[in-house]
Amino acid sequence: MSAHRRGFRFGATGLALAALLLSATACGGTTRENSGDDSGAGNQASGAANPDAKIKEGLKIAFLPKQVNNPYFTVSDNGGKTAVSEIKGEFKEVGPSEASASSQVSYINTLSQQGMDVIVTSANDPNAICGALNQAKAAGAKIVTFDSDTKPECRQIFVNQATAEGIAETQVKLISTQIGGAGEIAVLSATANATNQNAWIELMRQELTKPEYSKINLVTVAYGNDDDQKSFQETQGLLQSYPNLKGIISPTTVGVAAAARYLSGSQYKGKVKLTGLGTPNQMRQYVKDGTVDAFALWNPADLGYLAAYAGAALASGQVTGAEGEKFTAGKLGEYTVGTDGVVVLGPPTVFDKNNIDQFDF
Amino acid sequence: MAHDSLYAAPPSTGAETERAAGRLAGLRAALGSWDAAVVAALVLAVLLAGVSVQNFATGRNVQFLLLDLVPLALLALPMTLIVITGEIDLSVASTVGLCSTLMGQLWLSSGLSLELICVLVVLLGGALGAVNGLFVTGFGLPSLAVTIGTLALYRGLSFVVLGDQAVADFPASWTAAAVRNIPGTSIPVAVVPVLLLALVFGVVLHATSTGRALYAMGNNDQAATFAGVSVARTKFWLFVASGAVCGLVGIFWTLRYASARGDNATGLELTVVTAVLLGGVSIFGGRGGLLGVVAGVLLLGVLRNALQLADVDANALTIVTGALLIASVVLPNAVADVRARLHRRRQRANPVAP
Amino acid sequence: MSLTDTGAADRLTGKRSSDRGRPGLTERLLAVRELSLLLALGALVLVTTLRNDRFLSGQSVKDLLLGCAILVILAVGQTLVIVTRNVDLSVGSILGLVAFSTGSLFLVAPGLPWPVALLLGVGLGAVCGAVNGGLIAVAKVPALVITLGTLYAFRGVDYYWASGRQINAADMPRSFLRLGNQTVLGVPVLFLVAVVVVAAVGYYLRSYRSGRELYAIGSEPAAARLSGIPVGRRVFAVFVASGALAGLAGVLYAARFGTLDAAAGTGLELQVVAAAVVGGVAIFGGSGSAYGAALGAVLLTTIGSSLAVLRIDPFWQQAVVGALILAAIGLDRLLALRMAARLRGRSARGA
Repeated sequence: MSAHRRGFRFGATGLALAALLLSATACGGTTRENSGDDSGAGNQASGAANPDAKIKEGLKIAFLPKQVNNPYFTVSDNGGKTAVSEIKGEFKEVGPSEASASSQVSYINTLSQQGMDVIVTSANDPNAICGALNQAKAAGAKIVTFDSDTKPECRQIFVNQATAEGIAETQVKLISTQIGGAGEIAVLSATANATNQNAWIELMRQELTKPEYSKINLVTVAYGNDDDQKSFQETQGLLQSYPNLKGIISPTTVGVAAAARYLSGSQYKGKVKLTGLGTPNQMRQYVKDGTVDAFALWNPADLGYLAAYAGAALASGQVTGAEGEKFTAGKLGEYTVGTDGVVVLGPPTVFDKNNIDQFDF
Repeated sequence: MAHDSLYAAPPSTGAETERAAGRLAGLRAALGSWDAAVVAALVLAVLLAGVSVQNFATGRNVQFLLLDLVPLALLALPMTLIVITGEIDLSVASTVGLCSTLMGQLWLSSGLSLELICVLVVLLGGALGAVNGLFVTGFGLPSLAVTIGTLALYRGLSFVVLGDQAVADFPASWTAAAVRNIPGTSIPVAVVPVLLLALVFGVVLHATSTGRALYAMGNNDQAATFAGVSVARTKFWLFVASGAVCGLVGIFWTLRYASARGDNATGLELTVVTAVLLGGVSIFGGRGGLLGVVAGVLLLGVLRNALQLADVDANALTIVTGALLIASVVLPNAVADVRARLHRRRQRANPVAP
Repeated sequence: MSLTDTGAADRLTGKRSSDRGRPGLTERLLAVRELSLLLALGALVLVTTLRNDRFLSGQSVKDLLLGCAILVILAVGQTLVIVTRNVDLSVGSILGLVAFSTGSLFLVAPGLPWPVALLLGVGLGAVCGAVNGGLIAVAKVPALVITLGTLYAFRGVDYYWASGRQINAADMPRSFLRLGNQTVLGVPVLFLVAVVVVAAVGYYLRSYRSGRELYAIGSEPAAARLSGIPVGRRVFAVFVASGALAGLAGVLYAARFGTLDAAAGTGLELQVVAAAVVGGVAIFGGSGSAYGAALGAVLLTTIGSSLAVLRIDPFWQQAVVGALILAAIGLDRLLALRMAARLRGRSARGA
């Protein structure tokens, strides 16, 4: 190839690009201002609910967790499995081995293709899986989210593990009692874009403005990315950066276990208090050795159980996801659908050395 | 055709080259059949899945399958050319991620029109590719090491750009367009640019002197230089092309999932390399073709889709991907080995008449 | 010493020369590299300490030493592989697999003494390494491709086996977990293990005939084969060793972190390769030392900790790792060119 021809080709490419750029700038195009908000009409609770409808048998209910290798979701999906067997349905759990939204989309498509009656999912991204969920909904599936919600218009019911207010209150109260009502505290969170984490942290800040907590000062929020090692390092960093730290709240199961492990092997054991959301099996050792006084969590098995019943109620026509509708979730009793199709599991359970041995999850 | 330049090269070092040439001949013998084998495997997989997997052979499923394959297919095109020249680009998925977050950040804060942003993102992708190209050709560093470095760098930067936030308020008309079908069919519109680009890359690789030069480079850089091809310049522009295609994929990814975020397309580079190797391109360079790669991409997609529909565990899918990658490099060599051995035996059996 | 030779430099300059590095030159070059790493490390610690004096407190130094031990062991294993012009990307997956199986082992046999678990873990790692080595020998393709495949495959086996279970600290014996946090004279046991590994591998590479042969293989495999070095066997052994060290790291990981799921060590391979490359192990083989790689690992860990202490956005960390890799290989290239030029000058004078 001669240098001439090459030069000509690059010249042509450059010209074409320049033309493209010009035309794109010249004719205004779609900007953020003029694109408008076309996010749709909110939660379409179509049709009327029939509160007396019986739960159908043989419903095909699929659980799609954030990822299949996360023990938390294993427990909640097993709760779902129990519920599905109670109502004589077909249970299935599928999901990606890594928590990514794009592979969840692929699984949603597959489930829709397989003609599932109910898809119960926990979203890796509130927006990314919306399109696929809407397609699945159009194809006849009922959509329930649990643990992490999507935008409200992409699902019929969101089963919330606990109200954000309930969690924030419990956490602040726990840490306040443990550090004696005064001193510096920090939060060790999961990732900076985890919707639920941010909501809780915001509410904790509000809670801390109450007069009874006026001597408590939230100094920083650290992010352990729900990664054990990273959370461990971040705890380490917190204690170095804030010598007067009295307590840490870690509202994530991964973070609280890593922080507890760090504290129990360091000079800060028992001096710096730790609470958060953790599973009894993970925390048992640290509660018994005195690193942790008390922590809280909802029961993930109950969460999955309730989500399965909510899905079955939708598929049987008992509810449509509109506010005020009621359905019964087996052993958990009756639940009411709140605004935006949210169903709340209940207040979190507090675990300490007196009751921790009664739980196994 | 590809190896002619090798023989035209000045005779260099004795025994090793001869042995290499012998092996290349063996590989060449296996080459035609490898392309055919991949296509046959693809046909077989489609037939088997169509018969035995419920819901596989439907229009909707075709749409889902093709949509999932668009990024993979796009990235595999420049990767094929790069691997044929004996280089590799492991940074593609990170480049896609960075392009996606840049697109999100520009949309969020620049006030530019989306059309302009798209053009800018492709140019930025090209620039990111140019950085790879510069390190590889300008500084003469191995592409493997450079692109492992930029893999980490670009992924890190994409988290720096948007943090862990996601930008999701792209106009619905655009996000819908990314998944729309060609009217009256169940084939996504996005397949059209893929086919056009495949055509362009195919023509460049198989019907131009530049394409022949790529094979020559993969076989022997020096020979290509002697043949009057600027190795450095060609390779540089290949990396730029790869980066620009990453920009395109970044746009598609962002619009299809209506979400620009730092972890978009994480780990995709491994799938791309798997598809290219499965398509019969030699990791040593100098061998392979675009048809095989396209078949390889489709085969990978069909297998994953069918296994997913058949409720095969995601963890088993991970193992399948790894096994396919290994098989696609072990098999051709094993076949070539066996052939060479048979050939030798035949030669021994029928001594050539003096 | 001539075996650490100029192979890399020659290849880089595209020059097939016969001159060998004079004794001492390469060694001096490596020493310079290690010295500059130490300087960088010192500067980093200094800056961080100026900003926050607790960075050098006893607890913090202990944390740092604990934190880098596992990466150091992996980086040293990787050095063995890279020196022969190969690469082992499956170490993160091997670590994860071994860590999880160590935990499972204690679930099945709670009374098992930990040294047995340690040996079994190292053994399992070695088996994984042998799979890599065997496949590479059979397929005769770059280790990159094979270990990319086994990166998936080992992780997949790990996931499949764990199927979402998690092993908690309470499931493992106290004596084993203490191993992860115990100190001897203020130095964590984990770090001492790492030091022993570094010293052993460093000594082997420097002073054993087969160790020197690894450099020869990395410099010019064909020439090494012609000079009677059993290349295939050596490369196989190197992968077994890398696997075994990853296995060791896996057991130590289990002891240190206590909480184990199948995702342990995901993505670690990138850091390991980065540590080795930053530590002066040339990615094209034929040069580098275990000490350098270990220093590289310490540097990377320190960067991670100081970002956290300086409260710099943690998102920068990965970008910094990437930039470091590019800087390190760029620097190597520059040094190699310089050296090649000097060597040419010398042989011209000598002629």
